[in-house]
Amino acid sequence: MATDPILSVRDLQVTFDIRRQGAWPWTPPMKLHAVGGISFDLPAGQCVGIVGESGSGKSTLARAIVGTVPMSGGAALFEGQDLATMSPEARRRHRRNVQMIFQDPLAALNPRMTVGEIIAEPLITHEPKTPRKEVKRRVAELMERVGLLPNLINRYPHEFSGGQCQRIGIARALILKPKLLICDEPVSALDVSVQAQVVNLLMELQRDMGLSMIFIAHDLSVVKHISDQIVVMYLGRVMEQADARTLTTRPQHPYTQALISSVPVPDPVLEKARPRMVIEGELPSPLNPPSGCVFRTRCPKAQASCAAALPEMLDLGNAHTVACPFHEVEEVLAVEA
Amino acid sequence: MFPNKQTADNLLEAAQVAEVRGRSLWRDAADRFLKNKAAVGALITLILIGIFALFGDLIAVWNNEEIDWGIMGQIAQKGAPSIANGHYFGADELGRDLYSRTVQGTRISIMVGVVGSVIAVVVGTLYGAVAGYFGGRIDNIMMRIVDILMAIPFMFVLILMLVIFGRSIFMLFVGIGLISWLDMARIARGQTLNIKNKEFVEAAVATGVRPFTIILRHIVPNLLGIVVVYATLLIPGLILTESFISFLGLGVQEPNTSLGALISAGAGQMQYGVIWQLYFPLFFFLVTLFAFFFVGDGLRDALDPKDR
Amino acid sequence: MSLLEIENLTVTFQTGDGPVNAVNGVSLDIDAGETLAVVGESGSGKSQTAFAAMGLLAKNGAATGTVRFDGQELLKLSNRELNRVRAQEIAMIFQDPMTSLNPYLRVSDQMTEVLQLHKGMSRKEATAEAVRMLDAVRIPDARNRITNFPHEFSGGMRQRIMIAMALLCRPRLLIADEPTTALDVTVQAQIMELLGDIRTEFGTAVILITHDLGIVAGFCDRTLVMYGGQIMEEGPTNDVFAAPSHPYTRGLLKAVPRLDRDEDSLQTIAGEPPDMSRLPAGCPFSPRCDQVMETCPVNRPALEGFDGNRRRACHLNVKEVA
Repeated sequence: MATDPILSVRDLQVTFDIRRQGAWPWTPPMKLHAVGGISFDLPAGQCVGIVGESGSGKSTLARAIVGTVPMSGGAALFEGQDLATMSPEARRRHRRNVQMIFQDPLAALNPRMTVGEIIAEPLITHEPKTPRKEVKRRVAELMERVGLLPNLINRYPHEFSGGQCQRIGIARALILKPKLLICDEPVSALDVSVQAQVVNLLMELQRDMGLSMIFIAHDLSVVKHISDQIVVMYLGRVMEQADARTLTTRPQHPYTQALISSVPVPDPVLEKARPRMVIEGELPSPLNPPSGCVFRTRCPKAQASCAAALPEMLDLGNAHTVACPFHEVEEVLAVEA
Repeated sequence: MFPNKQTADNLLEAAQVAEVRGRSLWRDAADRFLKNKAAVGALITLILIGIFALFGDLIAVWNNEEIDWGIMGQIAQKGAPSIANGHYFGADELGRDLYSRTVQGTRISIMVGVVGSVIAVVVGTLYGAVAGYFGGRIDNIMMRIVDILMAIPFMFVLILMLVIFGRSIFMLFVGIGLISWLDMARIARGQTLNIKNKEFVEAAVATGVRPFTIILRHIVPNLLGIVVVYATLLIPGLILTESFISFLGLGVQEPNTSLGALISAGAGQMQYGVIWQLYFPLFFFLVTLFAFFFVGDGLRDALDPKDR
Repeated sequence: MSLLEIENLTVTFQTGDGPVNAVNGVSLDIDAGETLAVVGESGSGKSQTAFAAMGLLAKNGAATGTVRFDGQELLKLSNRELNRVRAQEIAMIFQDPMTSLNPYLRVSDQMTEVLQLHKGMSRKEATAEAVRMLDAVRIPDARNRITNFPHEFSGGMRQRIMIAMALLCRPRLLIADEPTTALDVTVQAQIMELLGDIRTEFGTAVILITHDLGIVAGFCDRTLVMYGGQIMEEGPTNDVFAAPSHPYTRGLLKAVPRLDRDEDSLQTIAGEPPDMSRLPAGCPFSPRCDQVMETCPVNRPALEGFDGNRRRACHLNVKEVA
């Protein structure tokens, strides 16, 4: 029995209208193509990592799936249901299935609410008839689960450290036992020693609760550690997609290779011996993306044909797809098991 | 989860401890406020004036309408402040007790300021928060209405209203209430635009909380800092406005009085050597205004934006 | 004699909760042309050490101890005397290029200001030199773009402009405070490569302050690890990474996920970053150390040399560090 993926994203697009300042009200606004046609499947219980630098559209993609940003095209099917065509009431009820944790742990918590109130909010929103004692019990249970002392339930967010605030955010996201958890750069703002704690916690929770996860980050090392499959994005488009190990050991897209090559490894001997692929140039503006392949302005392998049309997504077998006709394996990193 | 034995021991120990009280940002702000000597002094002054306004007439010998026939006509000679004849602050030109009238005047002036401020806070904050949160066309329409209302010369309209509908305290409240919420709405909207982009609002949306609940639970409490400061600074402004109206003779009508009316009367009698008729109401007027300003300033420092 | 010598530096801040030591008895030196990494997490005091040396502490901060540059004591200098040292001898670049560059001034104005002030150049000479430096940091079309405002450049380019500004007077020491933290990883690689080229070309000594062990591994000759305002260990980068002599360094290295390894779960360091107003009297890392002994929270371990040019501050025997 083939299990359908819990989330199926098909050619998802998000375009924003940007009004130029001082323009007449009737001039058409400029279009910002934040996400241009992303497709991937997320099998239930797995984690897909979305990696990209600034302007890649990964955060916008996350928000489109959660529903805080509207999709301009394509579809996101959650358990077979198209999110875009749901009625507003069905959408509201769907929200309990998909939850999100954010990058800035402190800013994600209302400074005027106690920790207990923050964690309880999803519960009292979707199950308002739950008696107070039960609410409190579940909040305390969840606090313990994420590693917070339950007797801190009346404290305020500013009284906690960054790592603890992130745990509070995780507790809030999980109190309704969602099926899909979207993590938007959850550890970038944390200290290294605390990052490891939160990453471990997330992996543990995923295993115990059978959560499906979308993990968005710019740090490829963390993404590789936590994800089953990785999607590499650049300027709103997918460059390459494969399971975590394959992508990092045998990348085929020039951008992926450059990305891996740029990630520093805390090993002085290896660092000095590694081949470097430093890409020059700057990120083009998403208001005016390059024609054809969006990466061609910085790609060492770019040819004239790259500007002509969007590169096809080539299937290399084994769930490995790459959007480049000049793909070839470059071992930019030797991996020890 | 807890690989360190020491941490696990701490956890066990702490679990037996009762729930810890949190320290909200309001408490921190209150502490900062209390460290500000000028602000605390002003607050005490306000409290004293409040006591004066509410309970001052308990120790009055004369009420505010009674005419003391014994000194009437000889105010300059016999109407000076004295404990003996019960006119603590002296008498006005009609022989009425200035002390009682000052008590009443202070009461009415402060009431106008506070009521106007409360209307401004409630109406203005909700209006501004709704406009700011929903944005787009709703925001546009709502704010343009505010702009139009603001463009109308307020004093002119208020005076017209008082002339047409008669001069009464009620009219005064209505007029002042109609105007005072406009600025607050603008301020609340500006702050709301700031707050609604924060992640915790996004988290609430992602959770599925309804928009009006978001406004009341997430936006408004975070607006209160700036709203409270502005409200405290609005009160003296409203007192001034009312005083001006009364000074013109259009405000509170006899036998009721306000500080503005008293000052007006006192100023008119200045050359007859009855200077106490000006000094006492003016003193209370100035002290009240200054106290509100200092408290507002202290609040602004205490509720530093960094903590919002 | 070392280029920069810091001896027993203590930085104290007067806060609402009383005096807090952000830096507590730190000693380090760096020779000409050397690259030193100062590694630590939040609260380690790494940035405040640099600020103290440059005289950039906030008003409620005070530094005691000795900071000698080329033999000259810096802490006692007046602002005017310190200005002669700043930019000309020691330059600093910061984490957020947007707030370090004045958004209201053109880049040309900001750069020529440095040269006119410190080198007494005319405006024309200064502009020519500034363009030369922008070319050196690989800003495309420098001659025309120099008259742009900072917001017209991308984050990576702004950081390059900052580096160019820092190098205008050919300082002998460059202090880089988390220069790449706010940048994308590909841009980070470009900037680190640029810093490497600058080191080779100009012979500048560099103190790199960061929490990223990866870039330390690729760039710095020596590494110094700080925690809670104190030095935990120091030594040649290769040695510190291959054989960490302090439980904190060892914990950090194990907690970082590595692209070149397959790991099941990351080994964490328990607990939270320190509350600087409530440090133990002894070793600041003792609340989180998994090899803590009774003496650790009480007695501060001395910074001792071992194995040639390495130093460590730990009560454990170096062989006992797991």
